[in-house]
Amino acid sequence: MAERSFAREVQSLRLGAGEEFRGEGILAVTKALLQAGVAYVGGYQGAPISHLMDVLADAEDILNELGVHFEASASEATAAAMLAASINYPLRGAVSWKSTVGTNVASDALSNLASAGVRGGALIILGEDYGEGASIMQERTHAFAMKSQMWLLDPRPHLPEIVRAVEHGFELSEASHTPVMLMLRIRACHVYGRFTAQANRRPAFSRAQALANPTRDYGRIILPPSTYEQEREKIEQRLPAAQRFIAERGLNEVTAGAGGAIGLVLQGGLYNNTLRALELLGRADAFGTTDLPLYVLNVTYPMVPEEWQRFCRDKQAVLIIEEGQPEYIEQAATQILHQHGLATRILGKEVLPMHGEYTVDVLRAGLKDFLERWSPRTAEPVAVDMTREAPLLPLGRLAALVPPRPSGLCTGCPERPFFSAMKLLQKETGPLHISADIGCHSFATLPPFNMGNSIMGYGLGAAAASAFGSPPGKRAVSVMGDGGFWHNGLTSGIGNSVFNKHDDVTIIIDNGYSAATGGQDIPSSRAANEQRQGNNSIVDAVRGVGIKWVKHTHTYNMRETLRTLREALNSDYRGPKVIVAEGECQLNRQRRVRPLMRKAIEAGERVVRERFGVDADTCTGDHSCIRLSGCPSLTVKENPDPLRSDPVAYVDNSCVGCGVCGEVADAAVLCPSFYRADLLYNPTRWDRFMHRLRAALIGWLQESSERRRLRQTV
Amino acid sequence: MATRTIKLTVAALGGQGGGVLADWLIAIAEANSYIVQSTSVPGVAQRTGATIYYLEFFARAEAARAGREPVMALMPVSGDVDCLVASELAEAGRAIQRGLVSPQRTTLISSTHRAYAIGEKSAMGDGALGTVELLELVRSQGKRAILFDMESVAERHHSVVSAVLLGAICGAGVLPFPRASFEDAIRAGGLAVKTNLAAFADACELVQRGGADPADVAPRRRPLPPVPTRAQTPTLQPLLERIHGLPQSVQQVALEGTRRCLDYQDPAYAALYLERVAGVAALEGAAGRDMLTEATARSLALWMTFEDTLRVAQLKTRRARFERVRAEVRAAPGQLIEVTEFMKPRVEEIAGTLPVVLGRRVLASTRLRRWLNRWTDGRQIRTTRLGGFVLLYGLAGMRRWRRATLRFHEENARIEAWLRRLAALAPAHYELAVELARAQRLIKGYGETHERGWRNFSQLVDLIDVLSARPDGASVLSRLQETALADEEGVALRRELAALAAGSQSAAASGVPA
Repeated sequence: MAERSFAREVQSLRLGAGEEFRGEGILAVTKALLQAGVAYVGGYQGAPISHLMDVLADAEDILNELGVHFEASASEATAAAMLAASINYPLRGAVSWKSTVGTNVASDALSNLASAGVRGGALIILGEDYGEGASIMQERTHAFAMKSQMWLLDPRPHLPEIVRAVEHGFELSEASHTPVMLMLRIRACHVYGRFTAQANRRPAFSRAQALANPTRDYGRIILPPSTYEQEREKIEQRLPAAQRFIAERGLNEVTAGAGGAIGLVLQGGLYNNTLRALELLGRADAFGTTDLPLYVLNVTYPMVPEEWQRFCRDKQAVLIIEEGQPEYIEQAATQILHQHGLATRILGKEVLPMHGEYTVDVLRAGLKDFLERWSPRTAEPVAVDMTREAPLLPLGRLAALVPPRPSGLCTGCPERPFFSAMKLLQKETGPLHISADIGCHSFATLPPFNMGNSIMGYGLGAAAASAFGSPPGKRAVSVMGDGGFWHNGLTSGIGNSVFNKHDDVTIIIDNGYSAATGGQDIPSSRAANEQRQGNNSIVDAVRGVGIKWVKHTHTYNMRETLRTLREALNSDYRGPKVIVAEGECQLNRQRRVRPLMRKAIEAGERVVRERFGVDADTCTGDHSCIRLSGCPSLTVKENPDPLRSDPVAYVDNSCVGCGVCGEVADAAVLCPSFYRADLLYNPTRWDRFMHRLRAALIGWLQESSERRRLRQTV
Repeated sequence: MATRTIKLTVAALGGQGGGVLADWLIAIAEANSYIVQSTSVPGVAQRTGATIYYLEFFARAEAARAGREPVMALMPVSGDVDCLVASELAEAGRAIQRGLVSPQRTTLISSTHRAYAIGEKSAMGDGALGTVELLELVRSQGKRAILFDMESVAERHHSVVSAVLLGAICGAGVLPFPRASFEDAIRAGGLAVKTNLAAFADACELVQRGGADPADVAPRRRPLPPVPTRAQTPTLQPLLERIHGLPQSVQQVALEGTRRCLDYQDPAYAALYLERVAGVAALEGAAGRDMLTEATARSLALWMTFEDTLRVAQLKTRRARFERVRAEVRAAPGQLIEVTEFMKPRVEEIAGTLPVVLGRRVLASTRLRRWLNRWTDGRQIRTTRLGGFVLLYGLAGMRRWRRATLRFHEENARIEAWLRRLAALAPAHYELAVELARAQRLIKGYGETHERGWRNFSQLVDLIDVLSARPDGASVLSRLQETALADEEGVALRRELAALAAGSQSAAASGVPA
């Protein structure tokens, strides 16, 4: 079960012709796929496209009605390879993932797909994880389009445009026998908007027909001489066909404005923010009407030289608004103009930054610069306060008063006690080389844990420690999540360490879901799920690839975990050692458990709810506990002791009673301040009786000591 | 009229329900035939980081008049935000840093409570950044600043901060929508409707009244109670007289210390405390100064009531403590609760509660240690059960023999050495003595934490002679106290001490005081 249920969103997939769809950009894409008669969909979850996967996973019945095959692919490579179905058959297929990381994983299949070419439309929906909120290294998908000759759509972040882009994408793909990438930036994926829906379409050609009479064409096989022929095809047939289609169907938009000697060329995805920047500069209105000529590239690759010539011919200067680096579009444009002997001055990265997200503020500054140089203002800027450009308050002070807020493990996260154990372990062993991985556990590289020497990619934690496979000294430790393990870690990490006789330690953190991407199910998920085959044991899997030393531990049992870790580091056994550290993702657990508990309490059943606390008058304000745990619900408050000034630790009401506090206090020999409170709902008669008995006796003892105390007060 | 897009930004923390809030606002806008666009940046920010939700509103009628759809931005722009709502004070500060609060344009609504960041929480001392100053800064921003503690409003109604945020937005009147449609949205949401509506209403009306007085930021230190003229227990009047005999400025601290020692041990012990304080007072009394006495009275009270096993048992079995726990965990009136303590006395702690000779023997003998170790394995004690309570209650009762215990013996020796040091230092190196008196704050916590503190403290004491040779000795010692709290491993302190040693050597060599 994903982090949230998408029942409501699923219903919007049923909308018929003329009805209004309302929702997130990525959900609009999902609906558009069904409207376009897609025959099969695959992909791998990851922000910002997770919801596409989540919704389809919950929409089994709709997909069945339409005869659409959906699967949660094992990896982006799997998803990309799935598109092979469109090589031989007129089947429309779509896959989706987070880019550029996912595109990296998929590249092998994509290159071959692009070389073979497609009959049925093949659409690759990419969440371009760039700029604020991105969780990966900053690169552009654009490069993949160029190297493999795939086309790249970058539509305006406006739902109707995005939906149109899906339909155009399929048509373009079929017209040019080339897979098409549709990229959406983070905010475009999550933008809420509306569009007028069309009826969903059954695929024109069914998978059954394909299997009934398979077609084969040696020209589509990736072996010489076909490959040479395919390369020729790419350049001599598919590229021109694509450019023709783009021009004829007017996928890119030109608005003449008031004409004039300058113009702007921009990626479609940057349209809204660019127009807002122009509005703030007094060169556009709220509806995007501007006196400046615009050339909006909803297709950023390939470029159409004729369109560029036509747009630039009568202009002195053109500003290219292209996010990220290298500036591929600017380079190509310069070349086109040069080849056609146009003297138009091309500006781009010389007024806009070479790297980083193009926020409205950045665009406003760049455009201001460009316009002042080439088109002294004709209109007055709308009354917008710009004082922020020259702050009127001691912002310097703010820097000292506003703390950084690194992401961290959630309240009750089962990975917390594990990393606390790792911290304690290193107090004994001294610092270890820890190869980190992608997943929630990446946050262990941040305070308060600060452990992990490198992150090499999803599931590559173990592989990234290979160089230390035959340790000259202390054993290297690598961490891998269950998500990364099934994605590729089983072979790239575990299998590799067996085959190469590594003597290292790999920890597989098994929280039962692909948690960081939204809690999707994975092969080892334990939750019941009709559509998928879960409960595949990680322990069995690693044994299967030849691991002899494998231990299973529950992360909430810190002493056991610590013991297992010690053993793995010190054991005489030479060979790869694997520890599967299990503990269910608390976000998902709470989603499951909370409602049940509420029901039980309402039904009058006897329920015990645990939560933790800290005794303010025994806490001395050293905060070792916080440095060892970092739980969001474990915070500080003013010290009630008038003689002390250091704040005391304090457990706020977001505590889910996971038990880590007790474990940490116990394993770390911290302090006696932690207590657990078991709140009892609907007690039995016996409960009441015993409680009354205890309360009476305890109360009596407390009474007498109180009296003694009062006898001695100044 | 000029086309007008309303721009609203919510600065919140991951997990505070900003998504829910955005959904509510969308529903409200559409119910009032407004075109609305909302964007957010989930992903990693979701996991406890700082995150921003951005919404734009545009009247459908106006779009119809123009026959066009407005083009809306996907992110807030500096100086172009009509309403900035921050769910926590530091996030308001962050938004100001990003230029999202304009003095001409922006209505700033912020909670005055602090959700401390990990860097602030994990400091070994007080790591909280200047909340009071931050509040001042935030208050001075925006066309209008509405500030109140949103967390306590949410808590008061057992609701969530997102409902309070919605109420604040409604109350501020920055959106042209009637209160009724806000409430409809909450009802339509269908989750925790009653509590959410209550929190919403409370916040809405609070804001309409202009927000609460944001002077509700907690002071760093609790005020000390006044010194009475008559002791509650007549026989203890002499103690009170002694306190009256001390310099005015010291009396309140001394009273607190006295009460602490009484509670901790007995009147004789309290008398000893006052005697020691009076001794220091006499030292500086001549000079008419009192900083040393103040610092000593404070530190001495804490040190003389060191947290040994008996003290912990005493504090854990108090009635007031039981009541505080009930309140903290939000136990409903009459609800049954069980309390489990996580105690893990090491052999050292156990030996510490034994008579001196016996305790020493235990610590010396590995066999006894091993035998005792079997009992130190994570004791979980249920103080709400008879067995557990009586055990701790009995331990607390043992304090009448505390003076005989090994731990008391050691701490008392350390205290006396420290006092002698102060006395010796005061005449010639007054400021340095004051700093040494304050340095006691390094000694806190239990087990290893306590040992670390004592180690650091001793290192500083060993430095006194070197420092007294320097004119800036006092300021160096005060800086070293901060350094000692910089990191657990004592890396920073070691570095600084090394540098200091090197410096003094070279100084000694060249014959010039460093």
